[in-house]
Amino acid sequence: MTQALLREIIDYANRANPYPLYEELRKTPVSHDGDGPYVVSTYYEIHSLLHDPRISSDAKNLKATGDDLLGDQSDEEGTTLPPSFLKLDPPDHDRLRRMTNRPFGPPHAPHRVHDMRDELGGLVTGLIDGIVETGQLDRIDLVDQFAYPFPVSVICRLLGIPREDEPRFHVWAETLAASLDPDPDADPTQRGQGSMDARMELGMYLAGLIEERRKNPGDDMLSQLATADGPDGAMTTMEALSTSALLLIAGHETTVNLITNGMLTLLRHPEALERLRNDPDLAVPIVEELLRYEPPVQLLPQRTTLSDIEVAGVTIPKGASVWLMLAAGNRDPKRFENPDRFDPDRKDIQHLGLGSGIHSCFGAPLARQEAQLALSELARRLENPRLLEDPPQYRQNSVLRGPRHLPIACDGIRP
Amino acid sequence: MTAAGTHDGALERLKREGRIVVVGASLAGLRAAETMREKGFAGSLTLIGDEPYEPYDRPPLSKQVLLGNAVADHTALPRRRAIDADWRLGVPATGLDMAARRVKLGNGDEVEYDRLLIATGVRARPWPNPEEGALKGVFVLRTRDDAEGLQRALAAGPRRVLVIGAGFTGSEIASACRERGLDVTVAERGDAPLVGALGGVIGAVAAEMHRENGVDLRTGVMVTSLEGDPSGRVRAAHLSDGSTIEAEVVVVSLGAQRNTEWLAGSGLGAGPRGIACDAGCRAFDIRGIVTDDIYVAGDVARSPHALFGYQFLSLEHWGNAVAQADTAAHNMLSESADRRPHLWVPAFWSSQFGVNIKSVGVPPMGTEILITQGSLAERRFAAAYGYQGRLIAAVTFDNCRWLPFYEQQIEATAPFPPEFSTVDRRPDGAKPLPADFPDPSVPTHGPTITLSGYSPADRKMTFTPGR
Repeated sequence: MTQALLREIIDYANRANPYPLYEELRKTPVSHDGDGPYVVSTYYEIHSLLHDPRISSDAKNLKATGDDLLGDQSDEEGTTLPPSFLKLDPPDHDRLRRMTNRPFGPPHAPHRVHDMRDELGGLVTGLIDGIVETGQLDRIDLVDQFAYPFPVSVICRLLGIPREDEPRFHVWAETLAASLDPDPDADPTQRGQGSMDARMELGMYLAGLIEERRKNPGDDMLSQLATADGPDGAMTTMEALSTSALLLIAGHETTVNLITNGMLTLLRHPEALERLRNDPDLAVPIVEELLRYEPPVQLLPQRTTLSDIEVAGVTIPKGASVWLMLAAGNRDPKRFENPDRFDPDRKDIQHLGLGSGIHSCFGAPLARQEAQLALSELARRLENPRLLEDPPQYRQNSVLRGPRHLPIACDGIRP
Repeated sequence: MTAAGTHDGALERLKREGRIVVVGASLAGLRAAETMREKGFAGSLTLIGDEPYEPYDRPPLSKQVLLGNAVADHTALPRRRAIDADWRLGVPATGLDMAARRVKLGNGDEVEYDRLLIATGVRARPWPNPEEGALKGVFVLRTRDDAEGLQRALAAGPRRVLVIGAGFTGSEIASACRERGLDVTVAERGDAPLVGALGGVIGAVAAEMHRENGVDLRTGVMVTSLEGDPSGRVRAAHLSDGSTIEAEVVVVSLGAQRNTEWLAGSGLGAGPRGIACDAGCRAFDIRGIVTDDIYVAGDVARSPHALFGYQFLSLEHWGNAVAQADTAAHNMLSESADRRPHLWVPAFWSSQFGVNIKSVGVPPMGTEILITQGSLAERRFAAAYGYQGRLIAAVTFDNCRWLPFYEQQIEATAPFPPEFSTVDRRPDGAKPLPADFPDPSVPTHGPTITLSGYSPADRKMTFTPGR
């Protein structure tokens, strides 16, 4: 039953609208059968597990189940990079995340994200101007022409990746993001090899860059990670490598999907788009509601129990794989009124879109700012925008879910 | 009979045209007023406050304000909605006539009410010797004015600051002094800072924090007297161990006193430990009978908590003030069957020496402590407190994201020591230690009730406030 439902959720055929399946899933807050993972789909249960120290993010604690078809694909094993802090527990996780945060956020770098605002604005303007220059307003692919290049440029600038190297990055990042998808139909050996190669190449490239920054540090994050010398000491080269690789990959697909899902939702709700056009400040609540309504990360498939723990009457045994279905929890009617309604005026909106607890989204402040800027500028500048395909074509990935292309048309682009 | 017919419409009348008076214009008073309006109270609303300011936030006063990073008069509490109230600021309430339903004010005015909410909070306990306490350079820290005065004194660069008392406020003040590069001595009567709130195991960690940050920490001593110079400025303090500390600024940080004196003789169950009330925030009179029209919220309230053996807890916690105000306001405007208990799990936070400290539950009830995550030596940990085989509280140092889990465990009366493994369990957390709270058998300062009379018909109660 659960396995069948999970297969349906992972099945590409249901990518455009998995929400009815999530609704079905929520009928059993913790569902499990056979050798599959324990799937948690209701808001309060997910929220409490995100703060539960009996849950590990380290795949080493997973009891191998052998024929677990849907289990975690441990694509990192056997590669040269150690796991990033996303896949570590405290104290290692805390130390690395803390060191990474020093050049990125408060208390040591409270202005970093805020100060990028003008640069982000310039990127957005440049990309929209680029659309004008193509002269083809009757078919714009919002993903390829806007939503993808924008956050990718941002993360590259943040890290200090030379602009001419950006295209190589796209290929590596896309391969690695795709490897997070628990697609049962893909050939695991082939995909594992592809992502291993990508990790290796990315790692070699970053190693060279880090080496260079150690000699000539700039004020980019890569330099600061490479030369960090705070109370936690310095990162090893391997740690700096896996951390920067994590930032790069996490900075890729997720924000792309937030912006694309956002535009898709707004085009389906023209009254909200109209309001945003007249009031750019509305981007703040709109992005929060989007993180609830269409979260870019739909589920967290890599948690493990350290003890037998009881959740909603079900005992999850020690060493079990636990999937936290964030997107299902975000639409739990026990938590949100009219959860399937997109409501930018929603006040009570403590969503799970960015996770919670110690692994809550590291890049959240940046992602929010990017999405707010992108959506308010698109709303302001596009004249009479409309969807050409609904639903659009989605990416294969069921974890990092979003349209692969978002073809739209508009009558003109305001200056 | 319809549901609406089961009562006489008094509640509807109260909501439409009643008079509600809130004594205490701070966090709890303001939030209660907002909730009342939210719930459709359309009658007259009067807020009485002894300070001349509109409600402001206190947590920044001992932190950002002392560092000079925020200005004391910029700490006004954000308003959730307009409350359309008659504000009586700068005038203290001086008395209560329960029979006539009237609050007396310091300026001779009287305000009538149909429902009264008391949220008069606490004030800083002053230095016991008034003459010494009046010396220039001697401060307490509770109000906006206190913070502003102390901030100015610190900005002037005194050669040494003496902080008397190493509870949360005293420790935060010491931390601010060090951050400003000032020499500071902390004198604490207990064996360690924070020992009353978190016990000796955690107190030892706090003591290390003080010392490593250059605080001259003296424990197990009392300040016996303060000495001024001829111009009336404080110059030194004498300690019970015979030593003398020369200081230009002295901050008396000896905890708080509840603002209940104005209720003396009113017949309300009010005393130095606060105003006793039921779980629904309705005040008790001195006969132990619950009132119908007087409610209490915030620091001044003392209410029984089901999770903690129905102990009457008075909590000086920001979150408690907000939650209790909300419950009180709801209950004031509800039929008895719709009333809610105030079952907030105590929680507080502090920030000192760059460390974020948070706690849930009631640590001083704990007899044992177990370091469940992280390590004391790294000052980054979560610790659980046990009481009679139950998890009763938890504290985190720079580890607060796990706290919701412990709160849930407390709410579920989970066993102690915990039976599960956690991430980041260290040798520190191998087995529980005695939590090491100070001996609770010290004399209390509680009030006394005496019964007099020869027959049940003329039995009277006499209320003697504590010293």
